[in-house]
Amino acid sequence: MLEIKDINLNLGSIDKSVNILKDISFNFERKKLYVITGPNGGGKSSLAKVFMGIYKPQKGQILLEGQDITDFNITKRAELGIGYAFQQPPKFKGMSVRKLLGLAARRPIENTELCAILHNVGLCAQDYIDREVDNSLSGGELKRIEIATIMVKKLKIAVFDEPEAGIDLWSFQKLSETFKNLHEKSDTTIIIISHQERILNLADQIIVLADGRIKEVSSKEKIMTEIAASSRDCMYGKDCMKGANRNDECIG
Amino acid sequence: MNALDKELLEKVADLHEIPIGAYNIRKNGEGIGRSTTANIDIVTKKDKPGLDIIIKPGTKNESVHIPVILSSNDITDVVYNTFEVGEGSDVLIVAGCGIHNPGDSKSQHDGIHEFFVRKGAKMKYVEKHYAQGEGKGKKVLNPKTIIDVEEGGIAELEMIQIKGVDHTDRVTEIRLQKNARLIITERLLTSGSQDADSKIIVELIGEDSTAQIISRSVAQNNSKQRFYFNLVGKNVCRGHVQCDSIIMHDAQVFSTPEISALHQDAQLIHEAAIGRIASNQLIKLMSLGLTEEEAEETILNGFLK
Repeated sequence: MLEIKDINLNLGSIDKSVNILKDISFNFERKKLYVITGPNGGGKSSLAKVFMGIYKPQKGQILLEGQDITDFNITKRAELGIGYAFQQPPKFKGMSVRKLLGLAARRPIENTELCAILHNVGLCAQDYIDREVDNSLSGGELKRIEIATIMVKKLKIAVFDEPEAGIDLWSFQKLSETFKNLHEKSDTTIIIISHQERILNLADQIIVLADGRIKEVSSKEKIMTEIAASSRDCMYGKDCMKGANRNDECIG
Repeated sequence: MNALDKELLEKVADLHEIPIGAYNIRKNGEGIGRSTTANIDIVTKKDKPGLDIIIKPGTKNESVHIPVILSSNDITDVVYNTFEVGEGSDVLIVAGCGIHNPGDSKSQHDGIHEFFVRKGAKMKYVEKHYAQGEGKGKKVLNPKTIIDVEEGGIAELEMIQIKGVDHTDRVTEIRLQKNARLIITERLLTSGSQDADSKIIVELIGEDSTAQIISRSVAQNNSKQRFYFNLVGKNVCRGHVQCDSIIMHDAQVFSTPEISALHQDAQLIHEAAIGRIASNQLIKLMSLGLTEEEAEETILNGFLK
């Protein structure tokens, strides 16, 4: 469905550029749900932005259903069915939630449909459709509206960048059900950048991205076992490899 | 009225036909239509050009439209209108000026509007300015608005200038008595080599008076905008000015905030920001399928709504 070949991305100024993505290749299959996880700074968000056309890789190729879209701009990729929910969504003074979702769907949306969409991200439509997408919304509310802008589109590829960030535990349960539904009921290939166990649990495949490379691709069972093992083995002590000689302050 | 007059009227007063209620339509310096109601009287001033608009106490849910249209060039139209908004009334007043300048010499309209919003009255005042015309003649609008709001009165102002005005020098002076409330929404867009000055001075004279000013503007091309706001707190009062401008191309925006507290319980806030359209706003809308131009237009339309 979406294939990336030898993607190399450098960001920063010419004299001080950082190699963010290093020869990444992967084939995302139709109707599957992928979770990309890994440490901060590993290149996850940058990879998502490469999918959407926000970052242009210096080297490599991106194919959507066999069509080379490497040189396509953001708008063209959106028209072809790629969507991206921002990690930190922008605000729009004077734009209502209804207007933003209408722009996302590329058509006016009836109240009943708006209700269903907002309900799926844990918001009550009555309270939100005429609110403006500005500073009056909290970070969590903004984030849920951002997710709704992707849910309202018919997409081939839907990318969600840390959907859990800023969302309370109760709402997040609802949101993970929404991802599950989208996965079960649509043909969309879903790519979620996440560290959340509940999201990892939804994955058909988990991709671990670290230091700009794909470190591991495995099943959720394997990753979950590893997570469980790492927390079981954690000694919270001085002899931990990660905190060698540095854990004194931490354990008091 | 011809088609052009109707178009200008629609732009400045949202009028498609002759309005219901009281109205006075002024074209090229002369009145071309007037209607009064049992509660709203419109009288031509004797000592100078202009009108006295008298709204009886207790008048509810009525409106007055007093649009001005200029459709010839080489004209300077000056009016002095006085509005008496009677005690306990609740009315909508729509003013505004539309200019179509077909030639190469200047069309100018200078309007002084003076309002007395009496005890407990509620007035919404909408003023729209619009100009068009392909000639080189400058289209100039200089409105001066003076409002006195008595005890418990409410004045809500919408001042909008969206297109075509080459030069504007706008002055708004407001005095608020006890428990009086003021809400101003200002929207301004300049392009080409237009320039616009807006000066708003609000005196919060009475106890518990409140004022809120939300000003948003977009400056494009080589246009210039200058804003000056001053909230003067003379009693226990609250005032808030929020002033946002989007700057594009080679435009220039100057914003001068001033808040003056002359009483220890005056709470006054001024927020001002000037900046370009944020790139992540453009990227977000493009990622929804809009082109860069559509995204820019959508952001500006929302901002100036």
